[in-house]
Amino acid sequence: MISNKAKKQIDIWVAKYPEGRQSSAVMEALKIVQAENDNSLTTEAIQAVADYLDMPGIAAAEVATFYENYNHKPVGKHTIRFCHNISCMLNGADDLIVYLEKKLGVKTGEVTKDSLINVKKVECLGACVGAPMFQIGDQYYENLTTDKIDEIVDGLRKKSK
Amino acid sequence: MNEVCFKTLDQKKSWSLKTYEANGGYSVWRKILKGELTPDQIIDELKTSGLRGRGGAGFPTGLKWSFMPRNADVQKYVVCNSDEGEPGTCKDRDILRYNPHSVIEGMAIGSFVMNATKGYNYIRGEFMEPFYRFEGALKEAYDAGLLGENLDGSSVSFDLYAHLGAGAYICGEETALLESLEGKKGQPRFKPPFPANIGLFGMPTTINNTESFASVPEILAQGGQWFADIGVENSGGCKLFSVTGHVNEPANFEVPMGIPFKDLLEMAGGIREGRTLKAVIPGGSSTPVLTADAAMAMTMDYDGIEKAGSMLGAGSVIIMDDTTCMVEALTRLAHFYYDESCGQCTPCREGTGWLYRVLKRIMDGNGKADDIDLLLGVQDKIIGNTICALGDAAAMPVESFLRNFRQEFEYYIEHGKSMVKG
Repeated sequence: MISNKAKKQIDIWVAKYPEGRQSSAVMEALKIVQAENDNSLTTEAIQAVADYLDMPGIAAAEVATFYENYNHKPVGKHTIRFCHNISCMLNGADDLIVYLEKKLGVKTGEVTKDSLINVKKVECLGACVGAPMFQIGDQYYENLTTDKIDEIVDGLRKKSK
Repeated sequence: MNEVCFKTLDQKKSWSLKTYEANGGYSVWRKILKGELTPDQIIDELKTSGLRGRGGAGFPTGLKWSFMPRNADVQKYVVCNSDEGEPGTCKDRDILRYNPHSVIEGMAIGSFVMNATKGYNYIRGEFMEPFYRFEGALKEAYDAGLLGENLDGSSVSFDLYAHLGAGAYICGEETALLESLEGKKGQPRFKPPFPANIGLFGMPTTINNTESFASVPEILAQGGQWFADIGVENSGGCKLFSVTGHVNEPANFEVPMGIPFKDLLEMAGGIREGRTLKAVIPGGSSTPVLTADAAMAMTMDYDGIEKAGSMLGAGSVIIMDDTTCMVEALTRLAHFYYDESCGQCTPCREGTGWLYRVLKRIMDGNGKADDIDLLLGVQDKIIGNTICALGDAAAMPVESFLRNFRQEFEYYIEHGKSMVKG
């Protein structure tokens, strides 16, 4: 269920915490396993993480459902996490979200037919001076305009071909 | 401007050890390793400096550090709160990206003062660029012998690790952060006991905000009095303000405490052409909103903002011009707290949802005549009735929006549409 490569990555995190406190690594372990399994977590995957960290399955499940960054259904390859909180809203995020939805032919929360992109409205991502902004993977995209959105989305599509 | 946390900002590779050291970085830490500074001296300097917690609560840092039982014969921890998530706040991200060594040195100094040999920097899960920068800086510091055991042959040891969150505003609350660091749901703990007695893994722990830690090395290098003199009475030093919203040039500014709001607004390029200032949230979404008149007369320090009717918070200044529908703005904030309530305390869990649903129904054109009283009643029942401050944070905007912009809510309820946007 968890690859050796993932186990190695998890072990790096486990080493940061005192002996017997390996469950501190559960948040990263879940992210690592999620990344390996098409960006979502099944009950079995969560249990496997719990087993690996020697913690109760329910404790890992609580973490997996409490925090925002875990998915429990297929979300496609890329998630566009669009901030719609106050500073982004004041700078036109709502109109841009509608623009993006139209461009992709999906509503927020849905995945494009080719399973490439899904759009999620999220709360403040802490880049308010660059509003409006969204996040894809590790990267922030700031001061968004319709042109910039075109460029970014077209780039994702091109890369997948 | 840019004298402390942003000292290296305009320099090449501002985040590198080389740049940091060229600006006097790690000079305080090296003094400590040589045995030239005592914990009491450091606490005294910090008290003199007037540095107060930059995460929002404003508690004096020197005093906080003095609470730790430094001689207790147990493992103690120092923790940095880089779980920046208060809407309107984006300063810690830039400290981590552009001056991560200031955070490392600040935490190292704190660890020495509190006799804590281990530390964690809790960085919000979305901040991957800042995380990699911080990790890079950690590696540089270890390679240079600035972190580790028995540093420079002394008895001082400090190991520091970065921890990543996974998307939960509540983890910015210090005890929720500790729960999260232990690999649990981020639900705040009852206080007392305070973290200084029972903190991370049950051990004495002190948690400070990123900006607080990042300010410490420069304060000690230049002296507490130097820092205090930059600011005004009761608000020592300079502070990072994130100015966002309807301004021409939104940015983070490190400026002296006590700067007039109107000067800060000007630094951010002022209001967009042809529009006028309508409202200001001065300290992040949790702090009460102010009218333009109140804001224009305000100075940016703890007492100045309190006098104007709000709070300095994290220094997150959200500017709204005359095109802003205040009902829409408050609905957005209410949704945020509803989304982020951890669900532990009934008044907050139920109250935040209630506030959001009533505001949503007003926005949908289905508002009822007594909805304003209902909103005021609900927020009043949240305030002071929850374990942590998220409940208060959800309630305060409601009360202040309704007090300052009541007619817009009344209009929306009566006409089923926005007074501003139609």
